[in-house]
Amino acid sequence: MPEQRPSSWTSILSRPSRGQLVAGVLLAALGFAAVVQVNANSKDDKYVGARQGELISLINNLSLASQRAETEIAQLQQTRNSLRNDTQARRTALERAREQATDLGILAGTLPAVGPGVRITVKDPTAGVGTNQLLNGLEELRDAGAEAIEVNDTVRVVARTAISNSPDGGVSVDGRQLNPPYVIDAIGDPHTLATALDIRGGFDSLVKDAGGTVAVEQSQDVEIASVREPPTPDYAKPASGG
Amino acid sequence: MIAGLGLLVGVVLGLVLQPAVPVWLEPYLPIAVVAALDAVFGALRAFLDGIFDDKVFVVSFISNVLIAALIVYLGDKLGVGGQLSTGVIVVLGIRIFSNVAAIRRHIFHA
Repeated sequence: MPEQRPSSWTSILSRPSRGQLVAGVLLAALGFAAVVQVNANSKDDKYVGARQGELISLINNLSLASQRAETEIAQLQQTRNSLRNDTQARRTALERAREQATDLGILAGTLPAVGPGVRITVKDPTAGVGTNQLLNGLEELRDAGAEAIEVNDTVRVVARTAISNSPDGGVSVDGRQLNPPYVIDAIGDPHTLATALDIRGGFDSLVKDAGGTVAVEQSQDVEIASVREPPTPDYAKPASGG
Repeated sequence: MIAGLGLLVGVVLGLVLQPAVPVWLEPYLPIAVVAALDAVFGALRAFLDGIFDDKVFVVSFISNVLIAALIVYLGDKLGVGGQLSTGVIVVLGIRIFSNVAAIRRHIFHA
């Protein structure tokens, strides 16, 4: 407190004049207004009493923000769609590859197969039927479009199958001893297969000339259960660019 | 002393009553408060200078408030209310600072 002016302090304290009362009232009004303003400002309704220009700029900002958000939404949706398409394409490719693997497995003899076809029973009472006749029969079946062939329910006939006459009688197919009667199962169009075997000078006549008999039974449900391990090529490699 | 008492009474009243500011008053109240603060600091400085006068204080207080509100009102009508409010606040702020500097010199002699 400034001590050089004690008179003014004492005058205020001892003799409050009308002017000082008015000043007090004004200051009370100031404090009241300040507190009210502070309270109003700390409330959330900041848009009440805002000027037109401010409101317009606020609205502009909001619409800009929502525009940006919409752009972002569109981009994200696009990304999601492309990802979904990718997944779909990948799934389709996988499915196709699996189907192809199945087809190739049946053709290569690594998978069991069922389907319509023929069951051929070759009886050979005189032991005259050998490699020549069987080989001819297998060739005929292949020509007629047989997709899977099996001999005596044990040996699957594939592209690499080898047949030779066995010294103990019978034949050796891929190193397995087979004895008559020979039973050949083939999956394909039954009628075509049966017709192919029945051609004059074909399998049927060859077996009959060798002293055997052929019975062809067409069926809608031929089952080929035997499989073989796929051979790994030692020398051949996939040609690049194929 | 009576002035300080009045200020205290006003603050307490505002805190207790918590009145809502009328919408038409909203743009003017903050400016009016700052203008009143300017008048109060001017009065305090005059008091410390020994030239305080009740009448001058009352007139300057009321005229400050009214002129500040009038300027803001005019600015609103002219479409430059925001800028003019800022201008008024800046001018009043400068005056408050200079008044407070004078008061400080009186109290701390520095």
